[in-house]
Amino acid sequence: MATITVTFQLNGKTTALAVEPLTTLRTALREHLHLHATKAGCGQGGCGSCTVLVDGEPILSCLLPVALVEGQSVTTLEGIGGPGELHPLQAAFYDHFAAQCGYCTSGMILAAKALLDRNPTPSREEIMEALSGNLCRCTGYLPIIEAIEDAARQMEAVV
Amino acid sequence: MKQLGIVGQSVKRRDGVGHVTGQTQYVDDVFYPNMLWLQMVRSPVARGKIRRIDTSRAEAMPGVAAVITAQDVPNNWYTILCLIGIEPNDEPVLAHEEVMYEGEPICAVVAETEDIAREAAAQILLDLDIEEQPPVLDVEYAIRPEAPAIKKWGNNTFMYDGMNHRRLRFGDVEAGFAQADYIVEGTYQLSPIEHAPIETHVCVVKPEPDGRLTVHTNTQALYFTMDNTAIILKVPSNRLRMIGGTVGGGFGGKVDVITEPITCIAAMKTRRPVKWRWSREEEFRYSSTRAAVKMEYKDGVMKDGRIVARKVRSLQDAGAYHRHSPYGVQKHMANLPGPYNIPNVWVDAYCVYTNRQPSSAMRGFGVTEASFAIEVQMDRIARTIGMDPWEIRLINAYRNGQMRPVRKIVEDATLVETLQAAAQLVGHELPEHLRAMSSDDYHGRDER
Repeated sequence: MATITVTFQLNGKTTALAVEPLTTLRTALREHLHLHATKAGCGQGGCGSCTVLVDGEPILSCLLPVALVEGQSVTTLEGIGGPGELHPLQAAFYDHFAAQCGYCTSGMILAAKALLDRNPTPSREEIMEALSGNLCRCTGYLPIIEAIEDAARQMEAVV
Repeated sequence: MKQLGIVGQSVKRRDGVGHVTGQTQYVDDVFYPNMLWLQMVRSPVARGKIRRIDTSRAEAMPGVAAVITAQDVPNNWYTILCLIGIEPNDEPVLAHEEVMYEGEPICAVVAETEDIAREAAAQILLDLDIEEQPPVLDVEYAIRPEAPAIKKWGNNTFMYDGMNHRRLRFGDVEAGFAQADYIVEGTYQLSPIEHAPIETHVCVVKPEPDGRLTVHTNTQALYFTMDNTAIILKVPSNRLRMIGGTVGGGFGGKVDVITEPITCIAAMKTRRPVKWRWSREEEFRYSSTRAAVKMEYKDGVMKDGRIVARKVRSLQDAGAYHRHSPYGVQKHMANLPGPYNIPNVWVDAYCVYTNRQPSSAMRGFGVTEASFAIEVQMDRIARTIGMDPWEIRLINAYRNGQMRPVRKIVEDATLVETLQAAAQLVGHELPEHLRAMSSDDYHGRDER
């Protein structure tokens, strides 16, 4: 099958990729670019575990053809922090036991990051609204919400 | 004396940093060069005879590496609980004579990409010839004599020591009912419950040059899975290098050894790494569930709140095959009387087979269902006789030294204290005579 070339910013680096036209962003990230933090939970836009940021907005990467991010900026969990240099959200999820099995965590943290980037002091209701597209089956939502509240406080204190 | 350094302290998870940075490697994150993808051809009907499986057109499709059928499975039986006497074997790894539930695995396609594998599996489904038979879908119907027997042993229940149900008899339940001031009856039912882990079933197998297989699996029971895979493959277990321990949610749904044997066979046949990952639809429709259960309670109760007789009939829908259900019903039977001291108990618990997706393990299976029914029934008793629901439980809660219906002396009762603590936590003030109760206030024989 014919391939197309897609060029976009991935975690701050210009990335070019030759793929079949209907390849999803999730498949491109996981299987072509070997970035595995983005998870496959349902493949039909129902669980939020494949959430990444496209130009700062949370997007379900299992539904989005990678061709549509041409020229845009994509951020995955790998792009916000790693071991030894945790983003405040990552540190808070770690401190609050907000990642039991860890499978929904990547999507949760990125959905939370999009929220805090536009609203640094969200209410609990606004946090719940921002996470309403992300399912967790084992941790429970309360530690996740508490982690985000804590991260918001930490990030405010730094500013 | 050795110091206790951990108890009472919050300890950071060892896998925590991996989880929050996305560096934890789950099975679906394992990719090998030259890896093939597996898709399952599943039964389109709930019950039927397989007339013909024609894989020729699928095998001729470009990119298809192999098709795995029942003939490729060295020992074509799931034997997960054979070590505790759950037999005869009833579930083939791949069906070849009959299918017993919609979604039952019939054959597996292995191809260069997941899409090609899916298309070839769809082709085999088109070429499949199955004679559909009327399914048995209701547990009450399934145990009636006129229902067709879907099991080779001639009925639709697991046979416990020659009986079609697991029974418990303690005291004289009819004498208890005759003595009782009230008879309280209730029927309680649960629908099947899907575990719905965010990570679906995934298995990756890589054949090694020395003849071993490296098996990446998200099973919740690695050694159990190794043993059972070895039995199905007819190889010594030292041929299997099992890598597991990282599970993206399980809840009992990932202990049935369903993905590993087939993925191993595909890797052995093609001599290439193979990945099999389930879609969300497969996870919902074809993975095991918590069983649907119907429980009928009849209790004899005295005016002072003492339960003097309890008779229970329970039907558990095991679905098409054993899996963990016969064992679950055994636990269920023991727990149906509840954590209460009742001198006369009668339990009939049935493990019933139907043409539904198999039910199996899930968090306290057999016990949780009974607890639900018992506690709703306790509230019903309290309402019927006009007694406080805390008091009815505290009066009947089992005490140390009492004999349970399963003929065990209670040695570790904490129910009285747990209820007292719970009352305190929710701000419910118990009267003095209930606060004075203790799990150790039973001294000798009941006068009942």
